[in-house]
Amino acid sequence: MKCQHCDKQAVFHITELESGAVRELHLCEDHARSYLNQSEAGGGEAPDDEAAPKPAGGPLAVGQTADELALLDQRACDMCGITFFEFRNQGRLGCPHDYVQFEKELEPLIANIHGATEHTGRRPSRGTSGLPEGTEELTAVIGLRQRMKESISREDYEQARDQRDAIRSIEDRWLGAGPAAKEHP
Amino acid sequence: MKFESLTQSIGEWLRGTGPESDIVMSSRVRLARNVAHYPFVSRASEQDRSEVERFLRERIAGTPLGQGLEYIDVGRLEEIDRQLLVERQLISREHAEAQGARGVAIDRLEQVSLMINEEDHLRIQCMHSGLDLKGAWEQIRVVDDQIQTAVPYAFHPRCGYLTACPTNVGTGIRVSVMLHLPALVITRQIDKVFRSLHKISLAVRGLYGEGSQAMGDFYQISNQTTLGRTEEQLVEQVGDVVPVLIDYERRARAFLVRETQQNVHDQVSRAYGILRTAQTISAEETMQLLSRVRMGVLLGLIGDVKIADINSLLVRTQPAHLQKLRGIELDTNDRNIERARYLRQHFEGGEGSRASVN
Repeated sequence: MKCQHCDKQAVFHITELESGAVRELHLCEDHARSYLNQSEAGGGEAPDDEAAPKPAGGPLAVGQTADELALLDQRACDMCGITFFEFRNQGRLGCPHDYVQFEKELEPLIANIHGATEHTGRRPSRGTSGLPEGTEELTAVIGLRQRMKESISREDYEQARDQRDAIRSIEDRWLGAGPAAKEHP
Repeated sequence: MKFESLTQSIGEWLRGTGPESDIVMSSRVRLARNVAHYPFVSRASEQDRSEVERFLRERIAGTPLGQGLEYIDVGRLEEIDRQLLVERQLISREHAEAQGARGVAIDRLEQVSLMINEEDHLRIQCMHSGLDLKGAWEQIRVVDDQIQTAVPYAFHPRCGYLTACPTNVGTGIRVSVMLHLPALVITRQIDKVFRSLHKISLAVRGLYGEGSQAMGDFYQISNQTTLGRTEEQLVEQVGDVVPVLIDYERRARAFLVRETQQNVHDQVSRAYGILRTAQTISAEETMQLLSRVRMGVLLGLIGDVKIADINSLLVRTQPAHLQKLRGIELDTNDRNIERARYLRQHFEGGEGSRASVN
């Protein structure tokens, strides 16, 4: 891979996590040195040209063409409705389902940040509850709540009632009769 | 919580005890967690945020750990009180400045803090004085276990704990130490050290977290990756590098004493002189000078000051603490005058000074 600023071989691969936004830099030794000196002197602030919002083809999208990106950007999460474009701009995902919805798009990014794609640490213990380890089923209530709202605004109360019951049944299973098993009107 | 009572103590991170506390101010571990049934905070509606806040507050209160916690509704606090919590490192600056329903639960020792609706629904933090990453990790593990029995955290079998930013996904753990490295700064070796830390994927930040410049030669070293390694491995990754940095700093201090004793003694004495006599002084300058005096005390060049006193001044001369101690809100100019007066009183009075009585 070439340095972002010149034709030399990039030997430094830096992932900046300033203010939570992800930014990747691929630099030759000279540019890396001047970048690191600069960022230390300036308290980790990026040079202006690096801090500007990324157009398609920016560092989040190494190896992707502008066309591919444009298509990808329009995809929205079935649960929270965030588009990949919004995520790329804000650096924050919308809900847990995004990791499933944008799995393919996120994988290279996650591999780049962490040098790995699989979790090997602690896992939740569900005891004898019979609930699965993953929480996809519970996260589905985010989408159900949204669709229930839409049903209500269409005055389709029968469907809204079904959706409310579906939400209740999932929440009861996962949250028990605790304070969160409340109604979402 | 009575905020005035907070200013009486200095909190865990400045207690100035624990292993290697001449260089390691504090050890901190934090976990990023989200509930599975709501959008992440930046995508959540006002109602979502309120419901998440209530859900987590009530569920945490129901755990054994919840009994010993004090809950603060950060959304309803005055700005100065939010600032006070930031200065004590109990909440982040982002959390203080955010909008909407949010809160923090703190234990009596100020070791554990649980931020609700920061970037993630829940940020658990555990801080110990000196070098004690393993102790902080053991404590936070118990806290996390207790909450996990009451709260279904968003989890994916392959990706691990799911977070608003992919930089935290997996373990959601950030392991960090706050180091005081004045000799490496003076001998201009600090840049070299940072470059080698970057190469092994460790991040370096200034005292008050992300984006802020290092003030008073205090630096925070932390892991950058959270996925693909276990929590224990990540604790070790940071823990392994600390003795090396301690060794570098000790050698640089020894070098200064050996080769440039007069210079160092002069610098330290001038810093001490300004702190004792200034009529107006900013928080930044105060921290810089206290840092030099702290080193002077550790090198035996200043005899009549205690490290615990310096640590206490580091936090009490911060803007919100100073105003709380004086019981009045002040603008920047008046704060600088008041800060100088506070420092003079402290150093004039010696042991029985108002600062150590306050």
